[in-house]
Amino acid sequence: MGEGRSGLRGLTRQQFLALGAGAGAGLFVAGCGGGPQNNPAMQGAGGDGGKTYEGPKVELAFWNGFTGGDGPYMRELVEQFSSENKNINVKMNTVEWVDYYTTVPSAVRSGKGPDVGIMHSDQLGTNAARSVIIPLDDVAGALGLKESDFASLIWNAGMYNGNRYGIPLDSHPLGLYYNKALMEKAGLDPNKPPQTGDEYESALSEMKSAGIQGTWVSPFPFTGTLMWESLLWQFGGDLYDADVSKATFNSDAGVEALTWLVDLVKDGHSPKDVAQDAEYVAFQNGKNAFHWNGIWQINAFKEIEDLDWGVAPVPQIGDEKGVWSGSHNFVIMNQQPLDDNKVQASKVFINWISQRSIDWAKAGQIPARNSVRESQEFRSLEEQSTLAEQVDYVHFVPPEPGIGDVQVGSFDLAVNEAVLLRKEPKAALDEAVGKADQLLQENREKYQA
Amino acid sequence: MTTQQVGQPGAAPSAAAKKAPRRQESKDFIGASPWTPYLFMAPYLVLFVVFVVIPVVYGLWISLHSWDYLLPGKPWVGLENYVNLFTPGSTTSGPFWKSMEATGKYTLFSVPLLVVIPLLVALVLNQQFRGRTFFRGVFFAPYVLSIAVVGILWRFLLDPNVGLINYYLGQLGIGTIPWITALPWAWISLVGVTVWWTLGFNAVIYLAGLQDIPRDLYEAAAVDGANAWQRFLNITIPGLWPVLLFVVSITILREANMFGQSYIITQGAPGEETTTAIIYIAETGLRQFNMGAAAAMAYVLAFFLLLISIANFAFFRQRGD
Repeated sequence: MGEGRSGLRGLTRQQFLALGAGAGAGLFVAGCGGGPQNNPAMQGAGGDGGKTYEGPKVELAFWNGFTGGDGPYMRELVEQFSSENKNINVKMNTVEWVDYYTTVPSAVRSGKGPDVGIMHSDQLGTNAARSVIIPLDDVAGALGLKESDFASLIWNAGMYNGNRYGIPLDSHPLGLYYNKALMEKAGLDPNKPPQTGDEYESALSEMKSAGIQGTWVSPFPFTGTLMWESLLWQFGGDLYDADVSKATFNSDAGVEALTWLVDLVKDGHSPKDVAQDAEYVAFQNGKNAFHWNGIWQINAFKEIEDLDWGVAPVPQIGDEKGVWSGSHNFVIMNQQPLDDNKVQASKVFINWISQRSIDWAKAGQIPARNSVRESQEFRSLEEQSTLAEQVDYVHFVPPEPGIGDVQVGSFDLAVNEAVLLRKEPKAALDEAVGKADQLLQENREKYQA
Repeated sequence: MTTQQVGQPGAAPSAAAKKAPRRQESKDFIGASPWTPYLFMAPYLVLFVVFVVIPVVYGLWISLHSWDYLLPGKPWVGLENYVNLFTPGSTTSGPFWKSMEATGKYTLFSVPLLVVIPLLVALVLNQQFRGRTFFRGVFFAPYVLSIAVVGILWRFLLDPNVGLINYYLGQLGIGTIPWITALPWAWISLVGVTVWWTLGFNAVIYLAGLQDIPRDLYEAAAVDGANAWQRFLNITIPGLWPVLLFVVSITILREANMFGQSYIITQGAPGEETTTAIIYIAETGLRQFNMGAAAAMAYVLAFFLLLISIANFAFFRQRGD
């Protein structure tokens, strides 16, 4: 903060209270101060890290945000686990992801939260810094989980400040969904989706001459920002510098990526003013030919009878391959007072599901474990294994604490304004980088205070 | 804490002032312990203290810190959260004042419509005609829906490219209108949806007020040769004055606290244009866990609402006496 404001800081809490104005409040605050023991490190020590559970019968609350077609798959796994492990009863509770990350911290703080849960890799830092979750290095150690068992990018996404906070379950990259009927109508081979920039652009112009808007571009995070992030990495750029202290997404790569998207709108390959989810609805209705969306949509599209579609890796528009991906991770909550039995049982549960991630892959995910990803059973899942080809060049948002807030306050807005043709791509990104740097600075102060 | 409640103390003095002369008599009437009235008020007072007074004071305390309830350190920052709001270029001042502007615009657009249209509806529904009760129900019906239902319903109807409304307009040869993604259409949609959704509530209050105006006044005026417009100006409006004050006040406070419509229908877009103050405050406090800054913003918003409420009461008292 600026020097000029030090005078305000000069008025101390005690002086303020002495003024009398806050005297009553002070008593009140003292009354509810304290808080949980903020030393979550290694409370589970003494256990074997989750190989077996021999303690008394426990009930585990397991929360996640699988509200879509993925929910039933997870529920089935949970039921199977509970029937095989008589003294661990897992109760699953589903909350929408948007609410999940606001509900879970307060629930854990009040002692009414879950024992075990799922978090996205880019949320691990925030929740680790806020003591919502505990380190799981011993789980990884005891279960013999090593980097070589996992795709290294996914494995490293579970790390924060030198500790492991998440056991990766899967990765869920973006993919290119294509409508075969529309491709036929435009005279394209429906079994040969465009995979390079040239192919993509010529396919779009074929579509255009057939009167079809080939790729609807959303101005919202889902799916507009995800497209832009993928393109940014393809053009050789990145969101932040190596230690996430400065935003770098207004580089030439970032501008080129955003310009490419905006040109789709300007050249009539996308309608203007696409509202939230309209591009997704239009794909299902046979109006949007090439739709970039997450792997988790596979089952949703399978349920639509008249939709003739396929899925391919995201085309390489830029100089290198690159695609946005998220990753679900198992976490153990810092529920005070931590019950050693529950922590141990949670570890057993995590290990069990992690080994059966082939069943989870059917929900529309790529298993994090190499052994599962390379199994014959996974290869037989046509759509999932096609998108798994991208696993070596996926990019994740770094797990820095508060990183989500930086995105909301900066490049989400820039993509929105540029795609809605309210600002030029470069101007929008330059402005957003300024905001992002400020927010990164504030996060550093906040989470190191 | 809600800003509505902060606004209310403005109402208390005027009500108390009017009742003052009667207090003398009531003392004699009860004749029992002087604590009796307080005992009767106790249940409300307890709720008021627990849910209003304590949160208001506690919120003020929070606003003087960099406050994340889960971080071990909650450093004291004095007035910094407030100063940031008034320092151009800080992370909070830009978006906050933009959201205040959005709230102001929205309130300005929606309140006149929500004061006038329900009054017209109430005047019609106050007439004698067949099916009157049915139509009263029809106008009130949307109000029973939650904002989640209303928001999702209208988001689908208003979608520029795959929505029903533009589809039918297209059949009529009218091109794509960006109902929820560009200005001024986004405001037109948000105000329109809100009027559709809440006009029934204001209309019912007006209707109750209209039914309180003695019939014989109208009859006497008609005998004296007053036409319908004159009767409306000289009997209906003065008779409705306290109701009007109530409707204007709660409508301003309700619309200034608008959240759901923008949050669901436009997601605050285009850019941050329809991000209202409450959305931004909730975003800052509950999603970014920046409670201190959010609390400071809530007090600034509450202060503005207090000023508006005071001005509102002053206007109605002056014109009413």
